[in-house]
Amino acid sequence: MSNLAVVAVLLVLVAVAYQIGLARSRGVALASGVRMHSLPRYHGLLVVLNAALPAIAVYLLWSLFGGSVIEAMVLASLPPEQIPADELQQRVVLQRIQNLASGFGMLGEAQAYEQAAAAYLQSLTTTGQAVTAALMATVAALGLFWSWRGTTPQTRARNKVERAIEIGLIACSAIAIFTTVGIVLSMLGETIRFFQFINPADFFFGTVWNPRFETVGTSGQEGFGLLPLLSGTLLIMIIAMAVAVPLGLMIAIYLAEYAPYHVRNVAKPAIEVLAGIPTVVYGVFALVTVGPFLAGMGELLGVNIRATSALTAGVVMGMMIIPFISSLSDDIITQVPKAMRDGSLALGGTKAETIVKVVLPAALPGIVGAILLGVSKAIGETMIGHGRRQLSGADGQPVRIGFHHHGVHHQPVDRRPGFRQPAVAGGLRPRTDAVRDDAGAQCHRAGGGAQVPRTIRVINDEPTH
Amino acid sequence: MMENNMAQATMGAKLDALPNKPGGGPAASGGIKLSSRDVRVFYGDNEALHGVSMDVMANEVVAFIGPSGCGKSTFLRCFNRMNDTVAGARVTGQITLDGRDIHDHAIDVVQLRAQVGMVFQKPNPFPKPIYENVAYGPRLHGLTSSKSELDQIVESSLRRAGLWEEVKDRLDAPGTGLSGGQQQRLCIARAIAVSPDVILMDEPCSALDPIATAKIEELIHELKENYTIIIVTHNMQQAARVSDRTAFFHLGDLIELGTTSQIFTTPKQQRTEDYVTGRYG
Ligand SMILES: Nc1ncnc2c1ncn2[C@@H]1O[C@H](COP(=O)(O)OP(=O)(O)O)[C@@H](O)[C@H]1O
Ligand SMILES: [Mg+2]
Repeated sequence: MSNLAVVAVLLVLVAVAYQIGLARSRGVALASGVRMHSLPRYHGLLVVLNAALPAIAVYLLWSLFGGSVIEAMVLASLPPEQIPADELQQRVVLQRIQNLASGFGMLGEAQAYEQAAAAYLQSLTTTGQAVTAALMATVAALGLFWSWRGTTPQTRARNKVERAIEIGLIACSAIAIFTTVGIVLSMLGETIRFFQFINPADFFFGTVWNPRFETVGTSGQEGFGLLPLLSGTLLIMIIAMAVAVPLGLMIAIYLAEYAPYHVRNVAKPAIEVLAGIPTVVYGVFALVTVGPFLAGMGELLGVNIRATSALTAGVVMGMMIIPFISSLSDDIITQVPKAMRDGSLALGGTKAETIVKVVLPAALPGIVGAILLGVSKAIGETMIGHGRRQLSGADGQPVRIGFHHHGVHHQPVDRRPGFRQPAVAGGLRPRTDAVRDDAGAQCHRAGGGAQVPRTIRVINDEPTH
Repeated sequence: MMENNMAQATMGAKLDALPNKPGGGPAASGGIKLSSRDVRVFYGDNEALHGVSMDVMANEVVAFIGPSGCGKSTFLRCFNRMNDTVAGARVTGQITLDGRDIHDHAIDVVQLRAQVGMVFQKPNPFPKPIYENVAYGPRLHGLTSSKSELDQIVESSLRRAGLWEEVKDRLDAPGTGLSGGQQQRLCIARAIAVSPDVILMDEPCSALDPIATAKIEELIHELKENYTIIIVTHNMQQAARVSDRTAFFHLGDLIELGTTSQIFTTPKQQRTEDYVTGRYG
């Protein structure tokens, strides 16, 4: 019983139930001769709801709890001496049995008791699926019948269907909210563990970010201060906004108010392309073009700007979020009613006066929304940008890779005690998620969407150069 | 005589006249205020107005009537060059205000619109406080040098629009929060705050209830003292009540122009008679 089959059967059920509901309500209307409270289609939908919802509920229950119930039963069936006390080990044992049952390969020879357990697992699964299917059919049939019998001219099918739609919408919103709550809760556990190792005061007010792990024997040198991370992020973000907000707004105003129709049709998608360019490409652009350019500019002005500075990062990130601000603001400005503009123009306002005094204020809430979206994008990218990892090269030697929002960073990093990367090298900081109490274990690199996630090792980086 | 009118029409003259002489209209009551000669309007290749010529006297109320789509709004918008803001619209022919060609390079459209105000079909107050709505025009044109002067203009404009008593305690409330009729009077106040000579009204009451409509009509009677008014209306009774002369348009042509009583009682054209007696339209 695959999920696809279940969906197909449910769809058929929905179609049949709808037709039954239609036919039934027409029949009732004819037989009673009274005007029905609701239109036939609402009766059809009500029958669909009554038949399909319980069946779906049964299926969900099975999907949610069936697996763990079966696992518990399988585990209980094992010879007592084979059941590990540790929960993690139990999972490993179960995984082996499951692999065996589903015919995947597994490491080592399968023991006899494992074979038996696998067979037991399979039979349990088959039975469970059969029971679920039977149960689903039963509740669907009951719901159908109950709803069929309950169809009367007075049945307030429309109101019930409307109510069901409302509940469905609430459920969707609830999912989003619970996801947020879930994220916070899941972080909470990690956070508490983290703060068992690191003093919160050091974390929030420390000025050194240099995570080391006990397992690699470098305790004593580590620093877990959040401030440099935060200041780097803030700095880059402010620079990015300083670039993106004025540019984006001007673009939006031009597109919405001045650009001829055909120019707008070409320019708008062209600008939106900026949003589709992978972060890595921006990184290369920053490194190869913008960085040196800014450095050159700095030289002209007598200021020392390094190519990898936060300025470069901020400027490039600003360019990256321009389309968010320009496109959204353009849509919003276009939405401002023509009557509003006419009011100002008819009073003798010039085009620019009209835009500044009437159109922009009217569009302000939306523009603020667009800017906030840009900011959150900038913050997100900066956070991701703080990733720096070491990968094991093919020869087993650690290869130093600084990963940040603008891609691969190959500048040598000095890690001698007492020497710290300056804070402006914003992108050059390890991500917080590298900090795990089972350090040295595998950790997945997140972020940098364009690249394939790889398993990497956090190791001591003393001997690289 | 013509030179005289022109001088009065400039912003400088209006500025001087502003605080004590409401309206700033020319003293020469009865002279020709606006005149059009063979005015055609094209939307793209489509000619919506086929050569209209008429004169509007100072301090008179002229009503434009005619079936929908006959070009009343299009013609009205010629007088303050609002057709310039419509993409693809093109106006030919001559229109003069106080004897000056409004398409002349010497005339700035900004100044023209300060002199020829407009009230739209749907009330369109700005999403700003009531005070700011009225102060908008004077601020644009730098008509005042002090806050108290501006306060004075706002108050007198609202008074003349018959709105002052209703809003004087909540000038900070948004203009969009008023009722439809109040919003339309606010728009009239906004228009007269820059002391124009002419006010164009494009079906100003079509979105209003009868009581609000009666208030606006009353207002038009009072404004007549100081302004030249052209009003587009679908309501024949309204045209009869408020206007001195009436122009009947049909399919982009000016069919007949005459005193209101003549148009409604003894129209010369068959089409006018058909329309005012309700046979079509
Ligand atoms: N912006 C426009 N673009 C194209 N055609 C227009 C536009 N405005 C008006 N027209 C056309 O011009 C004609 C006159 O319209 P309008 O002046 O609005 O009529 P009225 O105000 O008398 O109802 C109509 O045929 C209308 O379709
Ligand atoms: Mg119209």
